[in-house]
Amino acid sequence: MTAAPALKVENLSVEFRTRAGVVRVLEAVDLEVGKGETVALVGESGSGKSVTAFATMGILDPAGRVTSGSAMFGGADLLALPERELAELRGRELSMIFQNPRTALNPIRRVGQQIADVLVRHGGATRAQAPQAAIEMLRRVRIPDPERRARAYPFELSGGMCQRVMIAIALACRPSLLIADEPTTGLDVTTQAVIMDLIGELARESGMATVFITHDLALAAEYCDRIVVMHAGHIVESAPSAQLFAGARHPYTARLLAATPGETDSLQGLQSIPGNLPDLRRTDLPACRYSERCERRKPECVSPLALAKVGERHLVACRFPL
Amino acid sequence: MLNLLLSRLATAIPSVLGVIVVTFLLTRLLPGDPAAYFAGLAATPQAVAEIRAKLGLDKSLPEQFLVYVQDLLSGNLGTSLTTGQPVTADILTRLPASAELTLLALFLAAAIAIPLGVLAAVKQGSWIDHLCRIVTTAGVSLPVFFTGLLFAYVFYYLLQIAPAPTGRLDAFLTPPPHRTGFYLIDSLLVRNTEAFWGALAQLALPAASMAIFSLAPLARMTRGSMLSVLGGDFIRTARASGLAPRTVIFTYAFRNAVLPVITVLGMVFSFLLGANVLVETVFAWPGIGLYAVNALLTSDYAPVQGFVLTMAVLYITLNLAIDLLYGLVDPRVRLDA
Ligand SMILES: Nc1ncnc2c1ncn2[C@@H]1O[C@H](COP(=O)(O)OP(=O)(O)OP(=O)(O)O)[C@@H](O)[C@H]1O
Ligand SMILES: [Mg+2]
Repeated sequence: MTAAPALKVENLSVEFRTRAGVVRVLEAVDLEVGKGETVALVGESGSGKSVTAFATMGILDPAGRVTSGSAMFGGADLLALPERELAELRGRELSMIFQNPRTALNPIRRVGQQIADVLVRHGGATRAQAPQAAIEMLRRVRIPDPERRARAYPFELSGGMCQRVMIAIALACRPSLLIADEPTTGLDVTTQAVIMDLIGELARESGMATVFITHDLALAAEYCDRIVVMHAGHIVESAPSAQLFAGARHPYTARLLAATPGETDSLQGLQSIPGNLPDLRRTDLPACRYSERCERRKPECVSPLALAKVGERHLVACRFPL
Repeated sequence: MLNLLLSRLATAIPSVLGVIVVTFLLTRLLPGDPAAYFAGLAATPQAVAEIRAKLGLDKSLPEQFLVYVQDLLSGNLGTSLTTGQPVTADILTRLPASAELTLLALFLAAAIAIPLGVLAAVKQGSWIDHLCRIVTTAGVSLPVFFTGLLFAYVFYYLLQIAPAPTGRLDAFLTPPPHRTGFYLIDSLLVRNTEAFWGALAQLALPAASMAIFSLAPLARMTRGSMLSVLGGDFIRTARASGLAPRTVIFTYAFRNAVLPVITVLGMVFSFLLGANVLVETVFAWPGIGLYAVNALLTSDYAPVQGFVLTMAVLYITLNLAIDLLYGLVDPRVRLDA
């Protein structure tokens, strides 16, 4: 990773204004993705994985606000770009796919048209060529009989097929970065593997960098070069997959790993971690947001800390790493 | 699409049959004896009996019903005792007046309320959103006959900028030759601008009072529906794909949001058909509503029956049209057929 990274997020903080007060959902998040690298972003539900992705893409809810940070992508800071210029990049240079592919597609528009819309928008094809180009995209994501499927509506396709269409939309303009937010949640296990293989293969073909958001450490280890662990809006650990599995240094990561049974993936796994995420509306949150759930807690854990290097490409945010 | 049309037509048949029975019974159950009314106060019982026989009212109910259905099948709705004309002819000459008024009111309401609702949803919390809220609360608290009377009072009586509320066209102007029966269209067809502006001036107040009431439900539904669609996953996908705001709002959001709006549009339309009776009375509008009111006041069965039947058929056609429109917008409906 000597070349400039594909994406370098630094010091990203996001807060949401809600009825119950301001929620500091992300605090000083750093995330780096090398060119062609596949990085997993893992953490339990509510830890801020999606918000990190949305903030980077510039598609946060109106209630959400980026309070600090930068996201360097191809020489530009995504967080500082005006919406008009950012929209030019979205779908062309950086793309995103979502969980629930059925609801993530426009229910009353033919899937071929939805792919064509993106192609036409970013100059990937003229209006006349777009239908044919859309069929080609469907072929690239291995949808059988793409000519016929292009004319289908999402409700006429299975969940797995819809996710392939989502991938076709995201990759239509050959972006250099793909953020996949739990792309396989809600799909059956066989389809999960097929979709993951497909994303991996297409990424390798075009040298695309991928951020893969998931709950599932086993899946992350299988498909990703590096794993980044999030907890309550903080990045707590980042290491190459094998290294993380061999020796996690953050107590939270260790807990996550202990809850992941070997090679087989488990959906319930993450629930067996003691305690809950802290309430992010609190004003007296300790510097280490995990400390209140941590059995190794010491009085020093409340004072400020940052990600520190503990090994070759291995970062941990803990005063007393394992 | 053809399947959808046929299946919806089939479900409309029982409603039509029901309407025929109900209109028949309804008029027979209305208070007042038309024979006595037309014989006059000084008539002998004998004369009344004669008139009753002439009207066929001395037969048993089933027999009367049979005669009624036979007449219906040949397009004969009977003769109005007050105008002396066949009811079918009466209704056909008056229907365009009501239709022009209702359609213009509906068009006005939709043309204002739908863009207002869309903008209010897209720019939530902005001044246009507040305007939308004011319109939706004010609109429902103003009943049609009240706005009608108020408008006539203010614009005709006080300000004298509107013509007298007496019908479709000023007495000094000649109506355009009959093509569609809509004065606005017919006058344009023969390039008679004087008649066009005259007809528009007469239409303005009654159409506006009907439109104002319809604004509220339309704007509220458009805003709500747009808001819920804009919060949907596929809008996030569209934005993540960098699609232009115009595409996101119209091609993606609005086309999905329009379905419940169409339903409300249908409800508003049927409501306006009913409101015609009041507005036509206030503005002396020679439509079928006023015709029915006059007939009702004189226990003249046939026009009332004809009016109810016409309205019912309009409602049924309207619902059919809405179902088809739904099918046109939403592919999932097409499949259900
Ligand atoms: N629109 C919003 N308004 C208020 N709070 C929000 C909003 N969106 C997200 N949050 C808060 O941000 C936090 C992180 O949410 P996020 O969706 O990023 O979690 P996640 O890690 O993606 O979880 P999951 O695995 O369930 O998708 C949550 O505590 C959530 O309550
Ligand atoms: Mg999420």
